[in-house]
Amino acid sequence: MRSRQAIALLALVGLFVALYLWLHALGFGGPIKCGASGGCETVQTSQWAVFLGFPVALYGVVGYLAVLIVALVSLRPAALVERKWNVMLGVLATAGVVFTAYLTYLELFVIHAICRWCVGSAVIITSMWIVSILSLRSPAIHTDRAVSPPPRDLPA
Amino acid sequence: MNRFYVVLTVLAVVLGITVFTLLRAGGGAPPAAAGPPPTVRDDGFRGYSLGQGSAPVEVTEYLDFECPVCATFATIQMPTIKEQLINTGRVRWKFRDYPLPIHKYSRFAAHAAQCAGAQGRYFEMQDQLFAHHQWAQTGKDPSSLFRSLAQAAGVDLNAYDVCMQAGRYAQRIEYSRQEGDSLRVDGTPTFFANGKKLAFRRLPGSDDFKAIADSIIAHAPTPKPRH
Repeated sequence: MRSRQAIALLALVGLFVALYLWLHALGFGGPIKCGASGGCETVQTSQWAVFLGFPVALYGVVGYLAVLIVALVSLRPAALVERKWNVMLGVLATAGVVFTAYLTYLELFVIHAICRWCVGSAVIITSMWIVSILSLRSPAIHTDRAVSPPPRDLPA
Repeated sequence: MNRFYVVLTVLAVVLGITVFTLLRAGGGAPPAAAGPPPTVRDDGFRGYSLGQGSAPVEVTEYLDFECPVCATFATIQMPTIKEQLINTGRVRWKFRDYPLPIHKYSRFAAHAAQCAGAQGRYFEMQDQLFAHHQWAQTGKDPSSLFRSLAQAAGVDLNAYDVCMQAGRYAQRIEYSRQEGDSLRVDGTPTFFANGKKLAFRRLPGSDDFKAIADSIIAHAPTPKPRH
């Protein structure tokens, strides 16, 4: 349960980071707040800031929102014992890490600029991935009714 | 209410306020550099030049940094012109600013180039502004981007910031624009060769300038031999 809560909190932070970058990409708020380096503008205005016709930050918004929803759903009392939610969170976090690795590669070796917001997002998604993988490795709680012994009537 | 959901709600509110504050803070182009100055003074500056002072042909280009045609010319035609005409000593190329009023950030970009020029980096900054011309299509405030472009051009950002905030070259840029008006510049890029306005039906290429340079050099009076 703790791991799912941690993932939900991380996803919430990541969602707002991505939301800020997406709103900036849409033209809200003037120049991006990125410290003195200015790398964020270079990254955000490069040709790689758009992926399949949409701003990269939008994929972050959708991804983090998906993780947040799944994590919250998995925290329902009925879902707490179901291992499939751990698997689902692990799959989502892995997809996020792979996409982030690709974006980080572009920043370092193609664009040659580092965006602090992107680094922040990379740290969040990596932490989320580690937590989700660790939760997958932890022993599962099984309450499969099909194999549970049927309740017996106590002898009078 | 479960403590976790309290933490989650508080965090969401804090993050929401933070993002809202970041977006509201705005920032943006300093008006002194982005807008026309209230007065105009001639500081004697007549544009940055590429090429040798002894070149027989001087081409003056009135340009607008936000103009896509200027960017196309700078990135596609200029490399050949530099190689074949400027570096060979046949042409000297002078750049003058002509920020068009329809372009929101062209004066600001011209100012960024002038501030870079104050540090001996005008041409590097010009290359950056034209090579990363996406800024001109987004309509977004490019002040942060220009800082990173200036950095890439080798400009000291502290001096650049002071220059931009003060709008140090706003009058110079406006003087150049008014000079263009007086010469009947009606669009960008507009070219003059040895003071004569050049008319093209389309965006000229390096071959057009080669032909013009050849023609001027061929008709130039040859110095008489001394006896």
